[in-house]
Amino acid sequence: MAKEESRKAKKNPIGAFLKALGKDIAEIGTTLIKGDWKTKISFVIMGFGQLVRGQFLRGLMYLAVEAALLFYIIKFGWSYLSKLGTLGTVETGKVGRVTVYGDNSFLILLFGILTVMAIIALIFMWRLNLRDNWNQEQILKKGKKLPGNKADWRSLFDSNFDKTLLALPLVGIFVFTVLPIVFMICVAFTNYDATHQAPSKLFTWVGIDNFKKLFSFASNGFGGTFVQVLLWTLAWALFATFIDYFLGIAVAMLINRKGIRFKKLWRTVLVMTIAVPQFVSLLYVAKLFSSSGLINGWLMRLGIIQTAIPFWTNPFLAKVMIIVVNIWIGIPYLMLIATGLLMNIPEDLYESARIDGANAWQMFRSITLPYMLFVTGPFLLTQFIGNLNNFNVIYLLTGGAPKSGSMVGGAGKTDLLVTWLYKMTINDTDYKMAAVIGIMVFIVTAVISLVVYQMLPSVKDEEGFQ
Amino acid sequence: MARETSMKRKRAIGNAFSYILLILISLIWLFPFVGVLLNSFRSYDGAVEYGGMVNYLIPKHFSLDNYKFILSNATNYKQWYLNTILISICVAILQTVIILCVSYALSRMRFKGRTFLMRFWLVLGMFPGFLTMICLYFLLKQMGLTQAGAIPGLILVSVASSGMGYYVCKGYFDTIPKALDEAARIDGASRARVFLTMIIPMSKPIIIYTALVAFMAPWCDYIFASYIAFGHDTSYNVAVAMYRWMNTGDYQGYFTRFCAGGVLVAIPVTILFMCLQRYYVEGVTGGAVKG
Repeated sequence: MAKEESRKAKKNPIGAFLKALGKDIAEIGTTLIKGDWKTKISFVIMGFGQLVRGQFLRGLMYLAVEAALLFYIIKFGWSYLSKLGTLGTVETGKVGRVTVYGDNSFLILLFGILTVMAIIALIFMWRLNLRDNWNQEQILKKGKKLPGNKADWRSLFDSNFDKTLLALPLVGIFVFTVLPIVFMICVAFTNYDATHQAPSKLFTWVGIDNFKKLFSFASNGFGGTFVQVLLWTLAWALFATFIDYFLGIAVAMLINRKGIRFKKLWRTVLVMTIAVPQFVSLLYVAKLFSSSGLINGWLMRLGIIQTAIPFWTNPFLAKVMIIVVNIWIGIPYLMLIATGLLMNIPEDLYESARIDGANAWQMFRSITLPYMLFVTGPFLLTQFIGNLNNFNVIYLLTGGAPKSGSMVGGAGKTDLLVTWLYKMTINDTDYKMAAVIGIMVFIVTAVISLVVYQMLPSVKDEEGFQ
Repeated sequence: MARETSMKRKRAIGNAFSYILLILISLIWLFPFVGVLLNSFRSYDGAVEYGGMVNYLIPKHFSLDNYKFILSNATNYKQWYLNTILISICVAILQTVIILCVSYALSRMRFKGRTFLMRFWLVLGMFPGFLTMICLYFLLKQMGLTQAGAIPGLILVSVASSGMGYYVCKGYFDTIPKALDEAARIDGASRARVFLTMIIPMSKPIIIYTALVAFMAPWCDYIFASYIAFGHDTSYNVAVAMYRWMNTGDYQGYFTRFCAGGVLVAIPVTILFMCLQRYYVEGVTGGAVKG
């Protein structure tokens, strides 16, 4: 029954939300009409009812939250919120020799968003406060006693322990992740770039102009470059994920082979790549293959080549090199993961296959591989997503080079969407387009995750292979 | 009988082939580390030996010049190193505490909005991290935590959002039977008591894994660290400082010094990692299977 209801709610989330909202408003109405005077005053002064009823801890909490939020909104936030529609109109200028500071679009946008969030938080707390008042009244009406302050305090370490545990992490995530992301999504709809730098210049809303620019294939549009970078990003993630995956399994099987000794030694050698910080190993590898590097030097000394092989400057070769070097990084992880999993495959499966006359390749194809794909399906997905955003490998090896005159936004031939985003932020300070690219990365990630996740065998059929 | 010997021979050939392959793999995998180590003993002093990129691996003169240089007061290397250690230790401790708290709440408690929270964090995680860089920079600047204050700033940013990385740890908590919790709670223990005196002592492997991963990350942190410490030499971490050695201006002169610096960074981190390898493998494998 309950399941059916939740399924219905899933089908029509907006309808369900409106229904819940209507119910809520009705409840507020009854609270206002039927509530006693303590509850009624709590409509204006949050926590009043609780304080009068002797629950100082809760009452003070509500009161403090209301005071803090109202103080912020009225004293500070309002002036920003009122300018949010235009992001400021008064430009910073000079009167004589004195600089007169005008509006700062950056601050207006940031604190405007914060104010909106503060208002939402205030409404939410207000609602909680009302419900709390109403519940208390009902308890008192039934002739029961309210939990004391001590019990309230103790509940924070017992029945309400989740609130204690999550309070700090939630605040951290809100301030350092949610707020910046909302801010940057908003930036994608403004003209904030090198020529509109706060505080000296203003920037303003431009609607979906930036998205139009991203998909425009005119000479100054981002369309061509975007398609190129996106295709390479997808190709890279595909290669990096699956080549590493299969080679990792192969190496793990090689080490697991019966009769191979020093298993621990081989594993330790491979694990070195995880242990040594990547910036040391990757920067060295980058120099190793550079035109004056050791590999070219050796080959030239041996007379095999006359001129240096352009490992990092030829676009195609650079792409191949990045994938190859990534194998060097990726295999150890996969080897570690696969080693444990391979041992979980029941030995009798292989035994019976052997009796049926299967060779090694057949056994791998019909026993090992299906099992591994089944168990590591979700991992492969996260690995793929991780590779889409694999900044370190690209940045430390090539920095996105070789650059290309035919690409806009400072993009190079090996740039992924994220390294391109980074370059636009750092080199060009083209924040608006960086924000647009960021949103595109999000869309690509979200679509792939959703589609693939539905297709995963372990999601479709949880009982398989058990 | 004859068949058995042929099988044995087949296996022996297979094994020999495997050994050759493994030795080859080991050589390839170890080559860069050997390269860094050998280059670090080549002098940068032109009078002794050319200090830039050369076309041979083993230095002609063995010298400790690079180590002397980076440990002298000519660079801020010691400062960078201390910065990184400080960041790593703080991040490892604080991040582990936060992840443990979040994981326990999500694994053991059933509260309103729990699934919403988990889904919301999943969606948040799909935004690329650097997107928010300028906004974070500005927030930190308001608090005075950029340039000169970049170290606490970096710690704050790394720790603040760490709650979202709860997957592996929550997965581990989920495997601890709930019956244990319930038994303790019937005996009158509060949730907090159960968490502190039962779950945490039972989670040693995952705590070590979490702390180890958190400790290793700052050693490679280049992107954000370089952005918020911009232009302030003494608040760099080793990755930022040495990336600059390699990529700005005269890297030829700094190539061998980079190698020496890299060796000093790699040795303690590698030793630590190797000692705790067992826990790392456990965490990685557990996380991979649960997805």
